[in-house]
Amino acid sequence: MSHDHDHDHGAGSHLDDMTARVMALETVLAEKGLIDPAALDAIIDTYETKVGPRNGARVVARAWIDPAFAEWLARDGTAAIGSMGYTGRQGEHLHAVFNTDEVHHLVVCTLCSCYPWSVLGLPPVWYKSHAYRARAVSDPRGILAEFGLHLPKSTKLRVWDSTSEMRYLVVPRRPEGAEGWDMEALVPLVTRNSMIGTELALSPAALKAPPP
Amino acid sequence: MSPSEQSVPTPPAKAVPSLPVDADRQAFFEPWQAKAFALTVSLNQAGLFAWNEWTEVFAAALATTDAPMAGAWTEASARAYYLCWLEALERLIARHGMADAATLKTVAEAWKRAAEATPHGAPIRYEAHLPESGGPGRP
Repeated sequence: MSHDHDHDHGAGSHLDDMTARVMALETVLAEKGLIDPAALDAIIDTYETKVGPRNGARVVARAWIDPAFAEWLARDGTAAIGSMGYTGRQGEHLHAVFNTDEVHHLVVCTLCSCYPWSVLGLPPVWYKSHAYRARAVSDPRGILAEFGLHLPKSTKLRVWDSTSEMRYLVVPRRPEGAEGWDMEALVPLVTRNSMIGTELALSPAALKAPPP
Repeated sequence: MSPSEQSVPTPPAKAVPSLPVDADRQAFFEPWQAKAFALTVSLNQAGLFAWNEWTEVFAAALATTDAPMAGAWTEASARAYYLCWLEALERLIARHGMADAATLKTVAEAWKRAAEATPHGAPIRYEAHLPESGGPGRP
């Protein structure tokens, strides 16, 4: 690709190569009627602000208080989550994995950044980093330590590698001290990271603590 | 679908950078990254390619350029990541005959010329690159 930088920067604006390439894509695809430029902003807005980890938190909180739903979620995550209105945009399957005393689950996409957008929104930047993608499989305990999570040696770690067809949602263990709470009260305890497996769900005490 | 256990063989030893665990607030560092993302989602929603085809092409693009992304997630690594994203998108668009590389290059150059012809602060109009005689008032 040629770079013509012999122009005069005096009065005009400069577009970087990437911006120009994306604008070219938008122009050509819109001219062909393959995309609607107005819809692009809606997509960005949806994924940046509207679809967030709260969807997944509601799934988890419901599983905590509704054993029949938890059983359904374990058996057919796609259907159980779909029943709450959260359907994968890419037609992918959703598989819920439940943390217990014996086993802790961690989710990664080693190849790129497959992620359950419909329940967690867009992935955090660390999820896309090469460090996380490479080390989640080779050194999961080291990864968890960097998030401040130190599991007992007796706890087995399972790492799930997402694909375009299969995405994973970790159901963290219900924290102690939240007995008798209803679903809406439980939702704030379920952090995004706890549903990827890099944290535990918050304790009620942590929830009350002021943000750092 | 069986999970990999912890005893997975460790890849060749190399310096392992720390994770950018705190820098998780920002999905996109520059507007073009958000736009490339939205274009991909939009084309997939319109049924122009399947998502598994997208991930295949994108993963292949990422695999060739891990070097800039080896460290912490920064503006530079985000740029490298979305540059792979953009290249994968262009490749897929060409593969499905939606737009060829030559056309895209021509239009991108036109956008750049349009920007350079536009005073700072004014919205950039794509038409601004057209010759003087190309306006609507042409005889």
